[in-house]
Amino acid sequence: MAVEGKTIDALSQFELSPVLGIFGHAVSFSQSNLFMVVAVALTWFLMKATADRGAMVPGRLQALGESAYEFIQGMVRDQVGDEGKKYFPFVFSIFMFVLFGNLLGMLPYAFTFTSHIVVTLTLAAVVWVSVTVIALQRHGTHFFSYFFPEGAPTWLAPIIIPVEIISYLSRMVSLSVRLFANMVAGHVMLKVFATFVVLLGGLGAVGPFVAAMPLAVNVALVGFEFLVAFLQAYVFAILTSIYLHDAVHLH
Amino acid sequence: MDKRNGFDERLRQARAREGLDRAPKGRGDLPQGPWGIGLRAGVEVVSALGVGIGIGFVLDRWLGTWPWLFLVFFVLGSVAGVLNVYRLFAPRPAGVQGRDRPGRDMTDGGPDGGR
Repeated sequence: MAVEGKTIDALSQFELSPVLGIFGHAVSFSQSNLFMVVAVALTWFLMKATADRGAMVPGRLQALGESAYEFIQGMVRDQVGDEGKKYFPFVFSIFMFVLFGNLLGMLPYAFTFTSHIVVTLTLAAVVWVSVTVIALQRHGTHFFSYFFPEGAPTWLAPIIIPVEIISYLSRMVSLSVRLFANMVAGHVMLKVFATFVVLLGGLGAVGPFVAAMPLAVNVALVGFEFLVAFLQAYVFAILTSIYLHDAVHLH
Repeated sequence: MDKRNGFDERLRQARAREGLDRAPKGRGDLPQGPWGIGLRAGVEVVSALGVGIGIGFVLDRWLGTWPWLFLVFFVLGSVAGVLNVYRLFAPRPAGVQGRDRPGRDMTDGGPDGGR
């Protein structure tokens, strides 16, 4: 797998290949798409299990679903205010999609679809376009005052306006690059240290003892990656709500 | 007494609706560790610079003015990156925005009525 001819091949884990046989070849259905479908299905099942029971004393699944729901609901309310309620489903869908994408990537043989810049950039573009459309809907042309703060001297406009526009556009890029870079870096590190285990393990009598060191690192890294998986989904969701706040309450 | 309570309640609701009450510390904050801040600042600078370079490059290819617009937008992108990092550290002006534009949302017919 990772070790071929005693080289470290850390990037082949991100390569796409068609799945589901002839059907996958016909429509280019890669494992990335497969895991997206799995993530959506898991979210759907979790929410269905939560809503179906509706027990006064929640079971484990219901408690999980409810805590996720209330976590994002509280976050959107705190960040956007009461006006943010109607955007809660949007933020929640994005959060669950990214969270399940990150977490599914932690399973052996699974594919992390959030490790592709195309996927994260598309997600960020959806957020960015929606936020812009919401701002335009609520404030009309007044939205464009966002690019030129009141009270700034007029002769600075040729500098301030392009800078503000670039800054506004860079939200989309930074949102996507942050998630993408975190996931890629984590998985590359996991793969590199796993390769060290295999390479060092083949060093004869001392091999297994030396190989224990990268193995220990890998154990710590797996824990760290679970943290990053949650954290990055959280950061993506909270930045979405912060941008929504800016769109709803233009300043 | 009753009237006063009603006013406080309405004031609280209005402030919540306008998003003026920031969340209590802890929940709803971005991670504040040194690594988190550092990486965020780096990503903000690089992405703004990337957007600036991208715009300059595309405009140059379109208008055939290579490399002048590229240079201009390179500088603008850098400035935007610095601005992003400044916004990262500067406190967000949540308490001020209501005073700057008094009743702006009201005169617009409210956020929902304006549509």
